[in-house]
Amino acid sequence: MALLTCRGLSIGYEGKEVIGGLDFEVCEGDYLCIVGENGSGKSTLMKTILGLNPPLGGSIGFGDGLKQNEIGYLPQQTDVQRDFPALVKEIVISGCQNKLGLKPFYSKEDKARAKAMTEKLGLTPLEKRCYRELSGGQQQRVLLARALCAAEKIILLDEPVSGLDPLVTAEMYELIESLNKEDGITVIMISHDIDAAMKYADKILHIGKNVFFGSADEYRNAKGAFASREGGEA
Amino acid sequence: MGAFSDKLEYLSYPFVQYALIVGILVALCSSLLGVTLVLKRFSFIGDGLSHVAFGAMAIAAVLKLTNDMPLVMIITVLSAVLLLRTGQNARIKGDAAIAMISVSALAIGYLLMNIFSKSSNLSGDVCTTLFGSTSILTLSKAEVALCIILSVLVVITFIFFYNKIFAVTFDENFARATGVKAGAYNLLIAIVVAVIIVLAMNLVGSLLITALVIFPALSAMRVFKSFRSVTICSAVLSVFCALLGIIISVFAGTPVGSTIVAADIAAFAIFALTGALKRGK
Repeated sequence: MALLTCRGLSIGYEGKEVIGGLDFEVCEGDYLCIVGENGSGKSTLMKTILGLNPPLGGSIGFGDGLKQNEIGYLPQQTDVQRDFPALVKEIVISGCQNKLGLKPFYSKEDKARAKAMTEKLGLTPLEKRCYRELSGGQQQRVLLARALCAAEKIILLDEPVSGLDPLVTAEMYELIESLNKEDGITVIMISHDIDAAMKYADKILHIGKNVFFGSADEYRNAKGAFASREGGEA
Repeated sequence: MGAFSDKLEYLSYPFVQYALIVGILVALCSSLLGVTLVLKRFSFIGDGLSHVAFGAMAIAAVLKLTNDMPLVMIITVLSAVLLLRTGQNARIKGDAAIAMISVSALAIGYLLMNIFSKSSNLSGDVCTTLFGSTSILTLSKAEVALCIILSVLVVITFIFFYNKIFAVTFDENFARATGVKAGAYNLLIAIVVAVIIVLAMNLVGSLLITALVIFPALSAMRVFKSFRSVTICSAVLSVFCALLGIIISVFAGTPVGSTIVAADIAAFAIFALTGALKRGK
């Protein structure tokens, strides 16, 4: 059974549809890339999947015991975060907040989990550093560790490499790939880097004037048609 | 020396002791949420809400209520909820919303006082409300007790919800997406802020509340790096500045509120310098 199934999904803001008729599903262990031009509704789709934005029509179903709030989320950074006084440690463990409910303080398990995720993403030497003093790539890894604290099965990444230099971008992609292949974490990633999407993802959802959903290979074959009809945006 | 010991004797008067207790508590409470408010770009909420409280006081005066506290509290809490509820996703952004509410409340409040007030010294009344002046030296035992109770509640609430406040401040969308009831905690923050502001109006008056909320947080952020150390430092600093300000004002006969804020400004200068030196190394 699929972790996430969208049928005839229509998304948008305040009753205004951005895009409709989306049909796709994400199975356990998948690596799905959502691509499309700016304004095509990628971020809206992500927010709808996360429950931040109500769908306008159609349905989103969660399977295999997955609940909507068990999706780890790597948002794009906000200005507020860039000068936020917080240690890496404090930010990573805040991902465990959804397990706390009304309890005020983190448990031993939460702390162990945060430590394990810090270790996994190679952040242990940075644990006591201030978030705002880190490089862009390091900050992204901190937020990824937090996302992994919140969810073990599936993570949603919103443009995880935007603003990173090529070397760090490649590292980030490799890290995401290893999470997917070695740890079996299902990945949904929003990206406008179509080449990287085809290289790493197994499935691609292209939204815009033409909607495509299928395997990366199928997308590669069909891509010529997309490129010519949509102004050749890479 | 004689003059000095005379002044020292002031400290044994109950009204001075009340002022010290209330001053310290209000400074402590207002600094706790300062970090959150500054980071959420709500620095001016203290100013905005205190103007709302001023407007509410004017309404209470027109209605000839003897105890205006409940009405002021309710109206201020409602405004705070309205302002903070929408958070990051508001259509009118935080600063604009605060400016709107603040100016409207001030204008309407002054208008009402002008039309209905029987007081011969209207501008004096308004000035007192805005700048606090001496009201902290005229506190009754009941007011001090109320202040102590509310402060204890604020501090307990803050400690209890510390981790949640951090999560919601750092990244509201992430918190909501992973199932944290961010809306409820925003509501809680709004209510606590409103309570603190109504409390603080007694001390420094509405115009200077903003200073109490933001200065300790901004100073601490110059030097400290973790959320916890910034929070603790701003609380300690705020209490210290309030204490210093009240004592100086007793000795030098200066207005209490302005003196406290002057102490906060001096502390900010020291912390900014320290931060710059630390980074320069």
